[in-house]
Amino acid sequence: MNSSFGSNPKVRFGLVVVTFFAALAILGPWLTGTVMGIDPRANDISAIASPPSSEHWLGTTQFGQDVLAQLIAGARGSMFVGVLAALIGTVLAIVFGVTAGYFGGRTDHVLNFVTNIFMVMPVLPLIFIVSGYLRGTGLWMIAIIIGVFGWAGGARTLRAQTMSVRNRDFVLAMRMLGESNPRLIGSEVLPHLGGWVASMFLSAMIGAILAEAGLAFLGISDSGAISWGSMIQAAQSQSAVLRGLWWWFVPPGLCIALIGTAAAMLNFGVDELSNPKLRSATRKVVRRTRRVERAVAAETRTA
Amino acid sequence: MTVVTDVSAPAAPTTRLRVPSRWAFLARRLGFYLTAAWAAITLNFLLPRLMPGDPSVAIVDQLQRVSGRQLPPETLVSIQTLFGDPDANLAEQYLAYLGQLARFDLGISISRFPTPVADLVASGLPWTLMLVGTTTVLAFVIGTGLGVLTGWKAGGRFDAIVTPASTFISSVPYFWVALIALWVFAFELRWLPSSGGYDPDLEGPAFWLSALRYGILPAATIVFSAFGGWLLGMRNMTVTTVREEYVLLAQAKGLSPSRVVLRYAARNAMLPSFTGFALALGGVIGGALLTEIVFSYPGIGYLLYDSLTKRDYPVMQGVFLLIALTVLLANLIADSVYVFVDPRVREQG
Repeated sequence: MNSSFGSNPKVRFGLVVVTFFAALAILGPWLTGTVMGIDPRANDISAIASPPSSEHWLGTTQFGQDVLAQLIAGARGSMFVGVLAALIGTVLAIVFGVTAGYFGGRTDHVLNFVTNIFMVMPVLPLIFIVSGYLRGTGLWMIAIIIGVFGWAGGARTLRAQTMSVRNRDFVLAMRMLGESNPRLIGSEVLPHLGGWVASMFLSAMIGAILAEAGLAFLGISDSGAISWGSMIQAAQSQSAVLRGLWWWFVPPGLCIALIGTAAAMLNFGVDELSNPKLRSATRKVVRRTRRVERAVAAETRTA
Repeated sequence: MTVVTDVSAPAAPTTRLRVPSRWAFLARRLGFYLTAAWAAITLNFLLPRLMPGDPSVAIVDQLQRVSGRQLPPETLVSIQTLFGDPDANLAEQYLAYLGQLARFDLGISISRFPTPVADLVASGLPWTLMLVGTTTVLAFVIGTGLGVLTGWKAGGRFDAIVTPASTFISSVPYFWVALIALWVFAFELRWLPSSGGYDPDLEGPAFWLSALRYGILPAATIVFSAFGGWLLGMRNMTVTTVREEYVLLAQAKGLSPSRVVLRYAARNAMLPSFTGFALALGGVIGGALLTEIVFSYPGIGYLLYDSLTKRDYPVMQGVFLLIALTVLLANLIADSVYVFVDPRVREQG
């Protein structure tokens, strides 16, 4: 499984893009400060709302701020919220999903009920309202709110998978040997859910990045922090659309879409590994099959 | 998963599966959604009371500032019932709160004093319902249709272009698509109006035509952002389904390809899309709220934005309660349809 994971082109694309943005988030201040020598918040009065040029590669905002520098700084804000919220969400999904699936019975009933309630609740509006009350809190709080409300879908998947793993022979054998429940969950069941946990983490991350962008767009995220959402919000509030300053609002949206696509590609790769039927539907395999079919047809004709 | 087989009763003539009737299933679902509705209402009750600071004091202060006089005692009581009264105990407050909700009293808006919140919400709801309703159906039809096509010829040229493209599209934030659409179609090309939901100068049929014209751009952006999710799910299900043996049999019988795809493969592949409805709807509504803001569309989303920026807590709470209840109702409807489409679901909880 591991050897073919890296050779899947979708997975490779996803890994490259996610790594790129992670590096951008980590190295951001060094890149803008030392390499580019531009402060993302500095106002260059000589270049107000100027289109992309050799001096400002992606142009400047209404306030004369460099869009590229803001984009790099924004990667940190968006990725931070994405990763922290996904961590919280994944832990909650494991706690609810795996516990429910492993113990079954009444525990399952209660936990599954809570999960279902969270699943049908419109989470995004709920996050908007809660953040509206806590206006002006930091990105930390935003990430916590998003994580706390957005775990239900993952919990459901993990519950179903746990139910199938817990009755396999090796788990039963270890139980016969008198292993304790926490140890059985931790070292027998959980490792077999690795792929599912990873894919749920990725979906949670992109969900959180989108949610933070939405909050920033509503003007209720951390007003001091730069994130891709707050860039779009600033552009919107300065009527960048009306004035055709496309270089201001197009790049941050593209970044969000790119990292979302990368996460989806990674998920695709996980799907294709766990479902061979999907793997046989990739372009490479279909081409190879067709070539063989043609060769066989040609051979029968000559024979 | 919990298939009940009657093994313990050998006297029974056949060991048939005991499948509960679809009405019993629906009653159970109704019970669940009623509980969920109760949870939403309780959440709405607890939120302002759990938040730091004291929303009810803030609301009273603000209202007195806007109206320029002391509030009448009955308004004061209403606000404290909805947003918390530091002197009363929680259980009493809760009962009073439920009573007030039963009379559709959601309080008074601060930013549009003295309009009741219920009126504001009621005037925005039809616009959002129309917008989200039509776009959800359209996105479902387009996405599922394209999903069948890509899944049927998976690995083909069409699939190789459409599937990655829709993966990309479905990761784009709704409001960003809306901004681009606004820029291109309303400002550069000037084909469609840029903001609002209707032309206020018109009446009668002309008004409805204008509403349609104003709705095109918001609706198109929502459909554009939402169809990708349906497409990807449907594609993968179709890929799995077309390798089933009954599909092979249908082909062996010499049925036309379109018949095999539509009547055999797609019908079964579509089932998970119905179950995914709950998850999808929440996302679409969240996205639609933001789309409305970009286009200043007179729906619930714009109202929510307005209330968030002006700290109009009563409106915020009212909007959330309404959205939550509407989503629950939509899910109940989706579930009811599902029972009739797929009898197997009745075997499960």
